[in-house]
Amino acid sequence: MIRLEKICRTYQLGGQPVHALVDIDEHVEPGEHIAIMGPSGSGKSTLLYTLGCLDRPDSGSYWLDGREVARLSDEELTQIRRHLIGFVFQSFHLVPRLTAAENVELPMVFAGLSRSERRERVEAALASVALSDRIDHRPDQLSGGERQRVALARAVVMQPRLILADEPTGNLDTTSGRQILDLLDRMNDEGVTLVVVTHDPTVAQRADRVIVLVDGHIVRRLPGRDVVATANLFAPPQSREAPG
Amino acid sequence: MTLADLFRFAIGSLGGHRLRTALSLLGMAIGVAAVVALTALGEGARRYVIDQFASIGTNLLIVVPGKTETTGIPGMVPGTANDITLQDAEAVARQIPEVDKVAPLVVGTEDVSYGARRRQVPVVGSTQEFEEVRKLSVVRGEFLPAADMERGRSVAVLGQKVAQEIFLGEEPVGKIVRIGGWRMRVIGVLAPRGVQLGMNVDDMVLVPVGTAMKMFDRRSLFRIFVQVRATADLEQAKGKVIRLFKERHDGEEDITVLTQDAVVSTFSQILGALTLAVGAIAAISLTVAGIGIMNVMLVAVSERTREIGLLRAVGVGRRQVLAVFLTEAALLSAAGGLLGLAVGWTAIEILVQVFPALPASPPPWAVGAALALSFGVGLLFGWLPARRAARLDPVLALASR
Repeated sequence: MIRLEKICRTYQLGGQPVHALVDIDEHVEPGEHIAIMGPSGSGKSTLLYTLGCLDRPDSGSYWLDGREVARLSDEELTQIRRHLIGFVFQSFHLVPRLTAAENVELPMVFAGLSRSERRERVEAALASVALSDRIDHRPDQLSGGERQRVALARAVVMQPRLILADEPTGNLDTTSGRQILDLLDRMNDEGVTLVVVTHDPTVAQRADRVIVLVDGHIVRRLPGRDVVATANLFAPPQSREAPG
Repeated sequence: MTLADLFRFAIGSLGGHRLRTALSLLGMAIGVAAVVALTALGEGARRYVIDQFASIGTNLLIVVPGKTETTGIPGMVPGTANDITLQDAEAVARQIPEVDKVAPLVVGTEDVSYGARRRQVPVVGSTQEFEEVRKLSVVRGEFLPAADMERGRSVAVLGQKVAQEIFLGEEPVGKIVRIGGWRMRVIGVLAPRGVQLGMNVDDMVLVPVGTAMKMFDRRSLFRIFVQVRATADLEQAKGKVIRLFKERHDGEEDITVLTQDAVVSTFSQILGALTLAVGAIAAISLTVAGIGIMNVMLVAVSERTREIGLLRAVGVGRRQVLAVFLTEAALLSAAGGLLGLAVGWTAIEILVQVFPALPASPPPWAVGAALALSFGVGLLFGWLPARRAARLDPVLALASR
């Protein structure tokens, strides 16, 4: 599904170059569930946006579904995001003036699906996140957990094969967070590849594999079940000096 | 994405900021209303002037003795140019089928007196036809008699002002006035009319043409007014009049035939240009409204940066983002344009109710231009914000606060 080779991404912050990603090599099989961990500023969001074709690497190669992303035009990347990828964000990113149904409908409106098809899919997607009774509510009439479930419905409504979640439970209480994670797991069980960025070990432990990023480098790879038990997760395993 | 979906989405986001939408709509509406109302006023003024001329009669030919071009062959005996005569006028009336009425005109100045009051006024000699040709009417008594032209009866019709000044409220009809050395019976008083073709109708005296010719000892006419049956026949009649005179005057073309067309079209052109200028000035306010729309759209783009980031993330293309914001700007300005049209039109309707004499109505070209311009201005000034929205970096847009 995903292959990364020597991906580098540097951007300027206050005149200083920041090496967000340095020589990232990674391979993700279809249907895998990956968690990306790391302290803030470690480059994990940059990696996620690179995977989502929103950010372009400065160098290196990224193959998504057999196609090399660097060679694709903006329009082709738009098509990939539309049909292949679903995004879930920490801050939900719902359009405040639109109802739950309209938010879920949004990607389909711009993809040009017929109104009847859209209505069917909206109902199915909202039903799958148990929000059929909130269909005409605006985001400000919904709880945090409900908002993220709307966002989740929006992410899957175009039936993507890859879901990218950036701290999906970061703004939620434990119960709502667990609901979201259960839903994500269920989608993964149905065959969707899932990449979750998180700093929370209880989120990461659900993943098949966990990648730990520090300062743009992958410092550690470990199975999800080992995350909670691992002390000093963000320190490189063979490090001779403890980080300052 | 279908056009209907695009419109629905754009209307939805405009509806999200009612006050801001309403204010920029208002700006555009004022601009369009100004264009519509001002051009309507200009057009009204133009039509008013044309109507004034038409009230004199647009189907009027005026025969003037002499040719205004430089003619004549050196060595020819001078003074052979014939005057225009009553017989000429009668010939025009008899021999040219397009001609409806002919009014000969003799003009002089004389003292008019009644009792001790005396007033020097223009004395115009003509016939009964003069009443219709010049659209005159009498308020009291009657107009000049329909006697044959050469018999000079001693009757006079007084202009409104002359009657007032000389008679001071006394009934003039039936009284005898002295005009120069002549005693004339007043048979009528003209309705007030004001200045027409450079002549103050209120301050003159009308007498039969034969009387005037005797009074001023003239054998020739000052003018012949020829009223043609249909305006469409004007040019044809003009040609026939010239040919007839040439025939009667030994092959010499010694008259000039004037039409009012030239005068009317000059006035019309001047006022048309004025309307255009006023409209163009009003159109500047459309530009100001366009800048207002640009401002609103720029604010909308920066406020909705996160939304734009999200749209890009869920697979909305740059061109679609551009289309969304351009559509919003265009809808805003087009709606403002329609509103302005309604306001401007209403204002003109009210004005016409108050001043019925002014035939003001917005010319179709101005309505079309104002609407097209408002729409175009919206697109033009919406372009920059829309392009900014389309070019946003999705990652930065998503992260913005």
